[in-house]
Amino acid sequence: MIEIQHLTKRFGALTAVDDVTFDVGRGEVLGFLGPNGAGKSTTMKMVTGFLDPTSGTARVCGHDVTKDPIAAQKRIGYLPEGAPLYGDMTALGLLKFVAEARGIPSGERKAAIERVVSRVHIEEVLRRRIDTLSKGFKRRVGLAQAIVHDPDVLILDEPTDGLDPNQKHDVRQLILEMSKDKVIVLSTHILEEVSAVCTRAIIIAHGKLRFDGTPAELQAMDPAHGAVTLTLDGAQDAREALTGIAGVARVEPLDAPEGHTRYRIYPNEDAAILGGLSSLAHQRGWEVDHLSVESGRLDEVFRTVTAGNERS
Amino acid sequence: MSKTLTVFKRELGGYFATPVAYVFIVVFLLFTGITTFNIGNFYERGQADLMSFFFFHPWLYLFLIPAISMRLWSEERSSGTIELLMTLPISTTQAVFGKFLAAWCFAGIALALTFPVWITVNVLGDPDNGVIVASYIGSFLMAGSYLAIGSLISSLTRNQVIAFVLSALGCAVLVAAGSDWVLNIVRSVFPEWVAENVASFSVQAHFDQITKGIIDLRDIVYFGTLLVGCLVANAITLSVSKAD
Repeated sequence: MIEIQHLTKRFGALTAVDDVTFDVGRGEVLGFLGPNGAGKSTTMKMVTGFLDPTSGTARVCGHDVTKDPIAAQKRIGYLPEGAPLYGDMTALGLLKFVAEARGIPSGERKAAIERVVSRVHIEEVLRRRIDTLSKGFKRRVGLAQAIVHDPDVLILDEPTDGLDPNQKHDVRQLILEMSKDKVIVLSTHILEEVSAVCTRAIIIAHGKLRFDGTPAELQAMDPAHGAVTLTLDGAQDAREALTGIAGVARVEPLDAPEGHTRYRIYPNEDAAILGGLSSLAHQRGWEVDHLSVESGRLDEVFRTVTAGNERS
Repeated sequence: MSKTLTVFKRELGGYFATPVAYVFIVVFLLFTGITTFNIGNFYERGQADLMSFFFFHPWLYLFLIPAISMRLWSEERSSGTIELLMTLPISTTQAVFGKFLAAWCFAGIALALTFPVWITVNVLGDPDNGVIVASYIGSFLMAGSYLAIGSLISSLTRNQVIAFVLSALGCAVLVAAGSDWVLNIVRSVFPEWVAENVASFSVQAHFDQITKGIIDLRDIVYFGTLLVGCLVANAITLSVSKAD
């Protein structure tokens, strides 16, 4: 549905997006990650036809965005960064305008607007001027205008930025509900969002593609992924015994409260160590205070992947 | 075409959604009244025509029309809504013309609301209404030309104040090109034919022709070219620099 080939955008000497290539297919929710200024928004602006690429192509549903922007834009719903809206219009007025501009036949507009209004829950503010709405409602109006024509491709630039946790939850629910029959691309710098809604993650830094895979694969890149953190009451001499468990690569002591010991136990690749660990604890009579398996910390991976050759 | 209409409706509705439209219309009527009756000596002239009304329009529009056109694109840029508008399946040309036509229509509404002076002059005497209709058409065309210049300049900046000042300046150059003091300066340096050419670029000269009741094709072509030329340039600047 979205095919991006060698997409590059330069602003003078600055290369904002540098030879980025990827495809996104139906049913995928693609999380577009990267530090601020990495080129996420620039890429989205090129896919939606707002910016022309310096070189390379972006195709949406088979339409080249540069050569036939109108055909591509008809298939896209877009929430630009910060959800800019005409503040002097009412929410209803704006939705009517967008529905008309999107080419929804006049007989179907009312039903289409009613459908999105109930979907994003903005019934109570429909007749208020957008200028007077709270940030959460403005964002929802922005989402409503992006989906009023039931697009195949939905592009959301930081859809949850600046919302409170409840509002973030609502927006994520909405994205999950819509994800089945659409392509959704959303940019974010909130990592939890990626594991919450995305089926795939792409990391872009300094304009270059740095990672393309599932959120689970991303987590697995953390060296601590799969490691077991164990806190024992007493048992000062556990380290050697732990190292002896089959499949354990190394054991790292961590800081622990008074009278306790805490270790992080790293397994060899994909080795199951929990069984050996529990039988050892049982055999030695250790009092286990806490035991957890690390799933990998996204922010650690994110830092590793995006670090290096910092742009000044 | 229908997309142009969609943009047109939104824009025109936008004028009346805020008090700006009403303030503008009141100021417009106030100034046309002052120039007609106080400066133009409508009564003292003792003539049953609207010369004193139309005479000041080229100068009056210098600051009234840029007040309409300054926000056309600058506001879209500064608020970021240009990204919303330009990613809808609407071409740049449709957006430019839709916005322009709404602004022109709004200026037309303000101009139409000066009808009481027409009634007044018909009550007081027996004017040549053909000349008055021609003058209204000329005034409307001139407003359109100023708006097209203003729209073009508005598309180049995100600052409405800059757009206003530069548009007023641009229109002033076009008006002043026909005034005697500019032409005398030109004559003192260049041969007569240069001065004639400079004068032919003047809005004033073409507008004066129309207010005499002569609708000449050359005057229509002049305003039409100015108007369409600026709008085409407007569409080009936008498609080159939407995001800047």
